[in-house]
Amino acid sequence: MTGSVTRSMTRSMTRSMTERAEVDERPAQSLPASPGAALGARLARGELSAAAAALNLLETDTAEARREAVQLLDAVSVEALGHEPAAHIIGVTGPPGVGKSTLLCALLARWRAAERSVAIIAVDPSSRRSGGALLGDRARILHDPADGGVFIRSMAAGEQLGGVAPATRAAVAALSACFDVVVVETVGVGQSETDVAELADTVAVVVQPGSGDVLQFLKAGIMEIPDVLVVTKADLGALALRAQADLHAALRALGGAGRPVISVCAIPPTQGIEQLAEALEQHRRTLALPARRAAARRAHALADFAAEHGQRGLRALGGRRAGATWLERQPQQASLTQLRRALEERLPHP
Amino acid sequence: MTAPGSWRLPEADRPWLMRTYAGHSDARRSNELYRANLQRGQTGLSVAFDLPTQTGYDPDHELARGEVGKVGVSIAHRGDMATLLDGIPLQSMNTSMTINATAAWLLALYIVTAESQGVEQSQLQGTTQNDILKEYLSRGTYAFPPAPSMRLIADTIAYTVMHVPHWNPINICSYHLQEAGATPAQEIAYALSNAMAVLDTVRQRLGEDAEALMGEVFGRVSFFVNAGVRFIEEHAKLRAMAALWDELGRERYGVHDARQRRFRYGVQVNSLGLTEAQPENNVHRIALEALAVTLGRDARARAIQLPAWNEALGLPRPWDQQWSLRLQQILAFETDLLEYGDIFEGSVVIEGLVSELTQQARAELERVAQLGGAVEAVDYMKASLVQSQRERLRRIESGELTVVGLNRFTEGEPSPLTAGADGGILKVDPEVESQRKVEVEAWRAARDPDAVATALAELARVARTPDENVMPASIAAARAGVTTGEWAQTLRAAFGEYRAPTGVTDFPAEQSSQRLDQLREQVQELSSALGRRLKLLVGKPGLDGHSNGAEQIAVRARDAGFDVVYEGIRLTPAQIASAAAQEGVHVVGLSILSGSHGALIPAVIAALREAGVGELPVVVGGIIPEADLVALREAGVAAVYTPKDWDLNATLADIVRLVAARHGVELAAR
Repeated sequence: MTGSVTRSMTRSMTRSMTERAEVDERPAQSLPASPGAALGARLARGELSAAAAALNLLETDTAEARREAVQLLDAVSVEALGHEPAAHIIGVTGPPGVGKSTLLCALLARWRAAERSVAIIAVDPSSRRSGGALLGDRARILHDPADGGVFIRSMAAGEQLGGVAPATRAAVAALSACFDVVVVETVGVGQSETDVAELADTVAVVVQPGSGDVLQFLKAGIMEIPDVLVVTKADLGALALRAQADLHAALRALGGAGRPVISVCAIPPTQGIEQLAEALEQHRRTLALPARRAAARRAHALADFAAEHGQRGLRALGGRRAGATWLERQPQQASLTQLRRALEERLPHP
Repeated sequence: MTAPGSWRLPEADRPWLMRTYAGHSDARRSNELYRANLQRGQTGLSVAFDLPTQTGYDPDHELARGEVGKVGVSIAHRGDMATLLDGIPLQSMNTSMTINATAAWLLALYIVTAESQGVEQSQLQGTTQNDILKEYLSRGTYAFPPAPSMRLIADTIAYTVMHVPHWNPINICSYHLQEAGATPAQEIAYALSNAMAVLDTVRQRLGEDAEALMGEVFGRVSFFVNAGVRFIEEHAKLRAMAALWDELGRERYGVHDARQRRFRYGVQVNSLGLTEAQPENNVHRIALEALAVTLGRDARARAIQLPAWNEALGLPRPWDQQWSLRLQQILAFETDLLEYGDIFEGSVVIEGLVSELTQQARAELERVAQLGGAVEAVDYMKASLVQSQRERLRRIESGELTVVGLNRFTEGEPSPLTAGADGGILKVDPEVESQRKVEVEAWRAARDPDAVATALAELARVARTPDENVMPASIAAARAGVTTGEWAQTLRAAFGEYRAPTGVTDFPAEQSSQRLDQLREQVQELSSALGRRLKLLVGKPGLDGHSNGAEQIAVRARDAGFDVVYEGIRLTPAQIASAAAQEGVHVVGLSILSGSHGALIPAVIAALREAGVGELPVVVGGIIPEADLVALREAGVAAVYTPKDWDLNATLADIVRLVAARHGVELAAR
């Protein structure tokens, strides 16, 4: 049965996108579902318990799994769902040790109290030498293991220095179909928030009082201005206020005067958590969501393309930038599969 | 210059306090044990509490499962404490309590018990360990975050200096640092940094009284050290500590009275170096280690407890403890050790070693100070310890470090000591846990609920008022019949929960070696076949805080190319199962050293099944007696590794083969 699906996919690859839409209008039941499509359908129905198996598939790098992954992601595409995936996708990033996990812990408690389901993807760096990674963040995000509304997954960053793991984008695409909130937590300053900005609706950069690196990065323009800045350890008092004031000043100078800088204390007695949650939601409410999501899919398609076809593939596109420009000409609601195909069509035929 | 004969003391020294770290099951059985030990010539008490008591849970709490009465006695309220000390005269007994996170509470119970014996608190003598930083670094029985924990310590010190003047309110432990892998210089530096953090907090707490009381406070701080088998260097370490402590008192805290600056320490000699292989050899190790803390009069221990020969196998029986006590008695009463002055005075070697260690320790002290002191440097110190331990294991594996019977001279006759029906260890009656559950429920039902509610409300108020001392409210709560779990829960609610750093995340991978490279190839081959990097969950279920093994396996597995999920200690079976399922791991490794594997491992396996990942292979590492292997296998455990399996590469290669077999992958022969 996988064979027939694959064949129909291969055929559709040569069709234009409008024709493809017709193909998909057939009721899903008429085709026996592949494992990937079945998992995607479960996610689309809001079955949170499908998340672990879905991520196992999306992380698996065999030819068969890659085919199934396409099926899975197609089942949670805008087309299949009839709307943009409803989750609020939040990127949380910052230097090591600033208290990101503690902060997430406090946010998680608040979101769960509001009965919002939450998926957290914690990206950890991998060892360059062994390829292995130590993934230790999940335990710091206290939650009830019996609570099915919380899903936490650690992912190794793999080859990506400081950035997001290859499968992270796919994981976000899958989880955003069924969770109310999807958080991607990465470590570092510089590349990490650029990558996260490509896949999140809202990016929060977390800093602690007294560490000037984020401030310097902002001023030097190495770092994009985040949607929300968070200063942890508000219990330090004057030091935290000072850090908040410095960041405000830097933002004003860079033309980001309206960006919220929230000072929080995530350990009891907590402060600022409510305010932070509100600032995140406020950003999401005022966001041009379809455009941001389209940008995320384009970045995702380009990253996948680069991973599969390497430098040679990118050269065939006329470079990464030309590839990105080409994708921008595709319809805003185009799915990941469609965008990848649009890129692959520009490869010279063998 | 030395008068003839002046090296001989006019009168032999009095021996140190002889203790045995003891306690198990319930208060009644431990009381019997204490009385027997005192009868045999023991001169002080050293109370071992079980892990629920140490971490502030009642016997019927979920996290207490499998741990009630295991590594020590279960004390849930003043009734238990009264039974524990029944017939022991508290006005003359010197009692050491190995208790940290809940030290303020156990001290309150002790004071209330003395009250009921008609003994005033001002008469009490003894020690509460009360050292929280090393719990974060190595021992794992913490309950609250660092800042409020430091406050609890300062509270007990301030209270005892005023009201229980003969009590040693804190016993700074470098013991557990060495158990976690510390080098001598690290042991000195981290212990002294820790002491500074405590003293600074107390000084602040005393406010205007600080100047008048600091000498008294300084004089009440004692240490609890370790001594390994390199006993000459270990002795030098103690001399270096004494000198640095004296200097610290003079320079940082302005203590003028030399007696108050004296370095007072108790000791439990090294358990880390004790082997499961040829366990009888441990007796010799323990004897040599005892010399490190007794030979030189100028740095001799005030109190000694020696481990038993069979600690790497399981819990010692009363006979094993008696054998350890006899070693102390022979040293003190048969040898001529106590008849002379300091035998190392003027020794070039000792002086050289002392100055070398002092120098190294100063550098490390400086580093911790730069990070903002011991509390702020917990992450740094933890990572350094894991690194030192990694280096130690590497040296054992490569043969650079000889451990007789383990990596050299391994051929030998089977040990008759383990041939008995009990396997040479103590088995705690499995009924203890259920009995304790019933008892604590009965205790709660029989109390005056209004008095309890009032006492807890007051405790909660005080906890949220940082300027107030928590001791009076704790003593009132003890009188009202509050339980250990209730006391700790009230403080958890006020202070928040905390997870200590695991120390494993920040290392560069180990350099290549032929065997590691071979393992990496295997991991890579299996990962490719699976399409996804081999992913291992390392879990520590229950309250056991001994995390060395789990940390070392986690780091080495990462070095070998695994993705490793390691979350640190104290997880419930449900947490482990949920992590295994959500993380999509290929294999689950569980580590337990507290003897609670019989209850906890099957609970984890059941939880995995419930989480829909019952098919995952489960391997177990820890102190697992031979006799328990069959039961674990029947419960579904795929492999068990004990201290005999000290070669981490071999263990990981075995795990790779296991996962390959489960997935039908055939690995190339190597």
